[in-house]
Amino acid sequence: MGEYGLLMNNLRILRSRRAKLDSWVRRIFWMFSALPFLLVLTILTALWLKAQPLLLAHPLSKLLLGEAWRPQKGEFGFLPFISGTIWVTGVALFFAVPICILTAVYLSEYASGRVQRLVKPLLDLLAAIPSVVYGVWGVLTIVPWVEESVAPALGRWGDICPIFASANPTGYSVLAGGVVLAVMIAPFIVAIAYEVLQTVPAGLRQASLALGATRWQTVKYAVLPRASTGIFASVILGCSRALGETMAVLMVAGNVAQVPRSIFDAAYPLPALIANNYGEMMSIPLYDAALMTASLILFLIVLALNIFSILALRHVLRESE
Amino acid sequence: MAKWKWQNTEEKVMQVLMLLSFGLIVMSLLLILFTILSKGLPALSWEMISQTPKGGFYFGKEGGILNAIVGSLYLALGGTFIAFLFGFPLALLLNIYSSKTAWADLVRLSLDILWGVPSIVYGAFGFTVMIFLGWKASLLGGILTLALLELPIMTRAMDEVIRRVPPELPRAAYALGSTNSETAFFVITRQVLPGLATAVLLAFGRGIGDAASVLFTAGYTDRIPDSLFSPVASLPLAVFFQLGTPFPEVQQRAYAAALILTLTVLGISIFSRGISYFLGRHSIR
Repeated sequence: MGEYGLLMNNLRILRSRRAKLDSWVRRIFWMFSALPFLLVLTILTALWLKAQPLLLAHPLSKLLLGEAWRPQKGEFGFLPFISGTIWVTGVALFFAVPICILTAVYLSEYASGRVQRLVKPLLDLLAAIPSVVYGVWGVLTIVPWVEESVAPALGRWGDICPIFASANPTGYSVLAGGVVLAVMIAPFIVAIAYEVLQTVPAGLRQASLALGATRWQTVKYAVLPRASTGIFASVILGCSRALGETMAVLMVAGNVAQVPRSIFDAAYPLPALIANNYGEMMSIPLYDAALMTASLILFLIVLALNIFSILALRHVLRESE
Repeated sequence: MAKWKWQNTEEKVMQVLMLLSFGLIVMSLLLILFTILSKGLPALSWEMISQTPKGGFYFGKEGGILNAIVGSLYLALGGTFIAFLFGFPLALLLNIYSSKTAWADLVRLSLDILWGVPSIVYGAFGFTVMIFLGWKASLLGGILTLALLELPIMTRAMDEVIRRVPPELPRAAYALGSTNSETAFFVITRQVLPGLATAVLLAFGRGIGDAASVLFTAGYTDRIPDSLFSPVASLPLAVFFQLGTPFPEVQQRAYAAALILTLTVLGISIFSRGISYFLGRHSIR
């Protein structure tokens, strides 16, 4: 065997070892890549199994529509918590959606490149602030504000408009939870809505402007209709974030197990229920199953919203590529 | 003529509304930072960050929150490490072996779903698994739960960066005879190093600030943990528990802990920009 043959032989050995290594890496990768999907299934199964004792003991309609929450007596009505979640999330969306869409439109259609570059880190930062810090901020500023200014001012209209009726002497309320949540979900909605607006082809805007439309008319008649699916998906994504948010809401929403009738009533959303009661659930029968049912309800709602918005966004963002 | 005027008024009104909304968002960020700084700075002292709680701490006696600072570091470092162990190969090989297949779509969809799962659900799930295994609230339980929370965040962030690698780069590596995995680990990794660092720091920041997932899984204690199986305190829970007490002296510590947490997140944000610039000197642009 000449020198050349030796070299080729060495190369072959090397090549086969490298090829073998590569095929091993490939196999390990297939195992790894199944992890996320399996994890979703595992969480779902685990929650389902732990929630089952309660789901078998009581009819579903009684659980979901029951107003009484007395674990000691075996009464588990989730309506106060479900409606608390809906109220707080609804208030958050009421504030966040118009402000976020206007901000995203401003950033995408009006702001200069410098402002756009400056805002990105700002939004990242706002999204990175831990939720307990939002909670502290809420307790220090929003709760007193609701208690001292908003509730007395709007409470006078309570007779005409029952959602403003203020029977709660503290500021720990649906409104405080909603405002804090609105600030928390704003960076998500703005960032995604901005990205969606960026995918609208420039030609569309140019055509509209060339026809003599003002910039706002261009936005209203050309840009927004085109981006509506994506913007809707960004709002849904923000909504699912708000639904699952725990600590900040827990700290400012008041946590009274009642169905809220006004924005000044205390609310007790599902995540707060889980977080507040986990330590003491062991002594009462079915209590842990009830908390797992709460987790399961939360998980299923968030899952449905997320799958919808992810698929919609994927469609929108991919179409533009 | 009248119609023309109306359009301009509408334009002006909408511009003002947009600027107001934008200003409101910027203002709320500044307001949060201002509130935390103004409450936290007076409460912050050397004693606060260098001592663990002493007897009577929760009635306003001596001590600091070192237990929570160290605990949070342990939890977030451990969680980030484990998430990296799984997330990094996953993101890398997802792009090398099956970038545009249906399987990759499913993996990405699952990761996106996991990203959206509320942290309280991770906490409840982690706690359930720990009961099933007979574990008590411990550092290890907290680390594993945080790893679950951080995995999708880190992996998707890395995935987005790796996807942007120009296809010529792996093609050049293949042409020189390197295998798929060699291309992934030696060529692409080098190129996306800044993005990887940003992804790791993003996940670390999320992990260190999350309270709901460690609430049941890591517990809370006044001591610095000496093993993986002892319970551990964390900064977010220190904020939460101490703000809930009626004593102003104890609430001070909540403000101090909130300030440390905020500064950490701010620091990570600035650091990640700096480091991505520093690591980016090997990237082809």
